[in-house]
Amino acid sequence: MQAFTTLTGTVAPLNRGDVDTDQIIPKQYLKTIHRTGLKEGLFADWRSRPDGSLDPDFFSNQSRYRDATILLTGENFGCGSSREHAPWALLDYGIRCILAPSFADIFYNNCFQNGILPVVLTVQEIQTLFDRVRSQNIYQVTVNLVQQAVLVSEGERYTFDVDPFRKDCMLKGLDGIALTLQHEAAISAYESHRAHQDPWLFHDQRR
Amino acid sequence: MGSQTLFEKIWNQHVVREEPDGTTLLYIDRQLVHEVTSPQAFEGLRLAGRSPRRPLAALAVPDHNVPTTDRSQGISDPMSAVQISTLENNCAEFGIPYYGMQDIRQGIVHVIGPEQGFTLPGMTIVCGDSHTSTHGAFGALAFGIGTSEVEHVLATQCLVQKRPQTMEIRVEGTLPDYCSPKDVILAIIGRIGIGGGIGQVVEYTGAIIRSFSMEGRMTLCNMSIEAGARAGLVSPDEKTVEYVKGRPLSPQGETFEQARKAWLDLSTDSGARYDNLVELQGEDISPQVTWGTNPGMVTDVNGTVPNPADIEDEKVRSATQRALDYMGLQPSIPVCDIQIDRVFIGSCTNSRIEDLRVAAKYVQGKRVSGKVKAMVVPGSGLVKQQAEEEGLDRIFREAGFEWREPGCSMCLAMNADVLTPGERCASTSNRNFEGRQGKGGRTHLVSPAMAAAAAVEGHFVDIRSWNV
Repeated sequence: MQAFTTLTGTVAPLNRGDVDTDQIIPKQYLKTIHRTGLKEGLFADWRSRPDGSLDPDFFSNQSRYRDATILLTGENFGCGSSREHAPWALLDYGIRCILAPSFADIFYNNCFQNGILPVVLTVQEIQTLFDRVRSQNIYQVTVNLVQQAVLVSEGERYTFDVDPFRKDCMLKGLDGIALTLQHEAAISAYESHRAHQDPWLFHDQRR
Repeated sequence: MGSQTLFEKIWNQHVVREEPDGTTLLYIDRQLVHEVTSPQAFEGLRLAGRSPRRPLAALAVPDHNVPTTDRSQGISDPMSAVQISTLENNCAEFGIPYYGMQDIRQGIVHVIGPEQGFTLPGMTIVCGDSHTSTHGAFGALAFGIGTSEVEHVLATQCLVQKRPQTMEIRVEGTLPDYCSPKDVILAIIGRIGIGGGIGQVVEYTGAIIRSFSMEGRMTLCNMSIEAGARAGLVSPDEKTVEYVKGRPLSPQGETFEQARKAWLDLSTDSGARYDNLVELQGEDISPQVTWGTNPGMVTDVNGTVPNPADIEDEKVRSATQRALDYMGLQPSIPVCDIQIDRVFIGSCTNSRIEDLRVAAKYVQGKRVSGKVKAMVVPGSGLVKQQAEEEGLDRIFREAGFEWREPGCSMCLAMNADVLTPGERCASTSNRNFEGRQGKGGRTHLVSPAMAAAAAVEGHFVDIRSWNV
């Protein structure tokens, strides 16, 4: 996983609430057995209009957002399906950070597994950022994970919470499985205790 | 320990280690695996030179992509075929039990787990699928995860977690005739909203929940994720024990008796506290129909589609308008005036034998409306077999329904079962998101009884006053 420390980038707006993962990446793009190349499917049904032409209002069809690395959006972003193809598609497009008032749990989790930082800001802060993005051709902010702050060009600083363990993994780009495997002894001890106490949980092990 | 909730009991039993900041290494007892969210996880194992810690603690089945028509010719979609053969090959390589497309035990992951006794009370269960919340019906802590975590569980049998909050949703009183668990969960989502459960594990309590069969509890817990909840739970009781008893992967004999005692001890202690409480009264619940593009956009069958002009909050108003535009609905029209083109009875929410029995009762001796195309997709090969033994397939076929092979089918339309743009479907599934059942398709979520009646009439009907 790519580490995340600080990021200065263009903010792309998607001013909708309750964006579900079926919209982030529709099911026809889930048939792949790979993690890469998924930007083709990113918001595929919203990018184009019913007649097949591109919707010029959608952020990914505008040249000014071509290099965007930060997505600004509404509450409960990423609700619905657990498909990790959603963060994979965002990452493939170049998104490394998402700013929203709230996130759905599984999506939020999946972002951290892929080096995308989901940042919860207040409704008011998000609204302010939408207003600024709308009024400027290209709007950039800096997201500093060490300081847990979004630094905006007007000199303001929006702080955010992040779980210390996840923060550490993101800053160092750590492999979560390797970290867990450091506790192999504890896992084995747990298993033998549990297998003795509740043997039906270990139908696969000789007693 | 003091008084504990069901959630706390399961959680505490699964803590391998806990850091001072609360970061917990949680042991995972079982993992269900399907073809869509697992290929990259197996590839990750291979690249890192790792192997599954307990291959027999996993169970794999193809369900999302499988055709529901004649399977003797294989799969015509080459990408679907590759995804399914990849699962089969990965399971063979890593020693994971696999029920292939020709196996009678094949079906939707969340149907076959309970059916096989793979799902047991008190367990932690995960799957790369958000509807893993279904298994909470057994008093198991069950939740959906992404593919990276699928790999994590395969390699370590653990996940790194923070303790979620708890919410009690208590449904007391008596449920009116013609109302089902589907109506209860839709009414709950309508009340708390699709983000109402974020960060929380819900325990469903109260007389009405107790009165539900195990299949009803599965329908209820299945849609916990549609309220944004991490998981849903119902505490185990004698019904749970009876359901589990004698299933192929359940414990037998003395071990079963030992397990039974442990399972019945799992219920929430009196005096235990939840972080949040929501209360509903059964008498207030009517058959539900969704009108919009998420499961929280729902109303009573005798209600009307909302009018954005009546909504003060600007965000809610514009979201409502957007949903009505997508759904092709005029504001304020009665729900029963909505005409439909398709009916889908199936999905991990409502494809079990009791669902099929109820639907069959409503269509017996009747004909599907001439303008409606209707299909039934049983949740598993064993559900299909039982339905056929009971003659339900004949009732459905004689009424004009198509009787299909088991799978996820038109719940998410990854196979050939797809709505065409503009088609309107009464569906027993769980998501009415834009494009969910096919690009431009319009989904209304309902119970099996409501879907069956709509198939016959060609529009929604209030089944409470419908002439069965």
